[in-house]
Amino acid sequence: MNSTVATDTEEKTWGGGNKPLNASYGKMMMWFFIVSDALTFSGFLAAYGFSRFKFINEWPIADEVFTHVPFLHGQELPMIYVAFMTFILIMSSVTMVLAVDAGHNMNKAKVTIYMFLTIIGGAIFVGSQAWEWATFIQGDYGAVQTNGGNILQFGKNVTEDGVTKFKRVSIDDIAIVQAGERVDHERKNGLWFVDEGTLPPYTVSEIYAGLAANEDILVRNQMLDDEGHKTVLSREESLKQIKENGKLVVKGANLHVNEYGTTLFADFFFFITGFHGFHVFSGVVLNIIIFFNVILGTYERRGSYEMVEKVGLYWHFVDLVWVFVFTFFYLV
Amino acid sequence: MAHEHKLEIFRGLVKFKSNKSKIWGVLIFLSIVTAIEVVLGIYKPEIFMHTWISPFEGGFFATIGNIILSPFVYMKPLNLIFIVLTIVKAYYIAWDFMHLRDETGSFRKMIVWTGVFLICYIIFILLQEGGYVFGVYNAEDALIKRDF
Repeated sequence: MNSTVATDTEEKTWGGGNKPLNASYGKMMMWFFIVSDALTFSGFLAAYGFSRFKFINEWPIADEVFTHVPFLHGQELPMIYVAFMTFILIMSSVTMVLAVDAGHNMNKAKVTIYMFLTIIGGAIFVGSQAWEWATFIQGDYGAVQTNGGNILQFGKNVTEDGVTKFKRVSIDDIAIVQAGERVDHERKNGLWFVDEGTLPPYTVSEIYAGLAANEDILVRNQMLDDEGHKTVLSREESLKQIKENGKLVVKGANLHVNEYGTTLFADFFFFITGFHGFHVFSGVVLNIIIFFNVILGTYERRGSYEMVEKVGLYWHFVDLVWVFVFTFFYLV
Repeated sequence: MAHEHKLEIFRGLVKFKSNKSKIWGVLIFLSIVTAIEVVLGIYKPEIFMHTWISPFEGGFFATIGNIILSPFVYMKPLNLIFIVLTIVKAYYIAWDFMHLRDETGSFRKMIVWTGVFLICYIIFILLQEGGYVFGVYNAEDALIKRDF
């Protein structure tokens, strides 16, 4: 009827400065990013699960792969270090929430301290992951790869406290070094325009000689039995497998070969934990930027510490993803 | 910025006095859950290592039953426990650390259900195609051999 009169509510809705769903623009966009990034990670984990179906009867057992803890050399401590890493990341999430909480109370000193602790936690986590990678790449006991790409590992039955257990033996302890006829091809001793990768530490025949000389050493393949253990072959079968099928001696892991089992395991380990580690790294960088902004008083002048809240969301998301990576890579 | 915090967790079973004490409470809860996971992962108790129900045999309804009860029929109880505990942890990280609990209900639903819906689709593809590739590589009459 009267077009010149606008009600107050209408002006409030369309006049600008209104927040849909009570969330500010930046926060909402951070959530949109997180949802899409969560889908990326679920895609990776789904690909990992899919590939696992392919090798479901011979997938490496994480407990046997990740057994190392820094400074405790030679001890088998499955899961302990990963659990520690998980705890560090959750802890740094907590300091982040405390920083956000202090930001709500406009307490600059406390925000500074908690942001600093969060950065330290993130740095410890990234460092731990680097160490974990280095240990994984370095390798443990070594193995022999067959023509079909299967992995044969070595060990012997050891009786401790009346229980007989299969204990792994390193290829360094088995191999009998023979006069080597094969030298690493470098540019200086061969064709200058051709390179070859590092040669394996031993040849298959050196391993075979060692296996034949040590009566108690057995080979185990990757097939899981009903109890979820890897199958240990008989002595005759062990010798036969290495002699007939042994192709390449493998120590450590890279994208082509992997002493722990199927190559895909290493590929996904590098890909998924690497992608997550990259997220943690960028999170630390973002946290450092915000940390300096806090010190410089940017948010004090702006009158709101919402920026801390936004990077906080990202930081918690990194923690959230790790919870899933931890479950699907190390537990299941 | 919303300053009110909802301070109850476990559907009001535990109520904290301040936001800070709630954070510490959630940390303790998450640490306990992680500790349970690690202990189960190291010791692998025998009762959790084999499925409790074997797949139903028979016609159409047996198949439907297997699909509905698939987490119990086809998955080791230990793995099921890990997945459930992970989702519990994810819930508390998102609700309390990322303070979704304090956001508007519709904002929360927009985030959670978008993810849940799409991830369900990814899981469907994973199981469907995974089952196929399992058959190709590992079934009795599999065409592909790697045993050499």
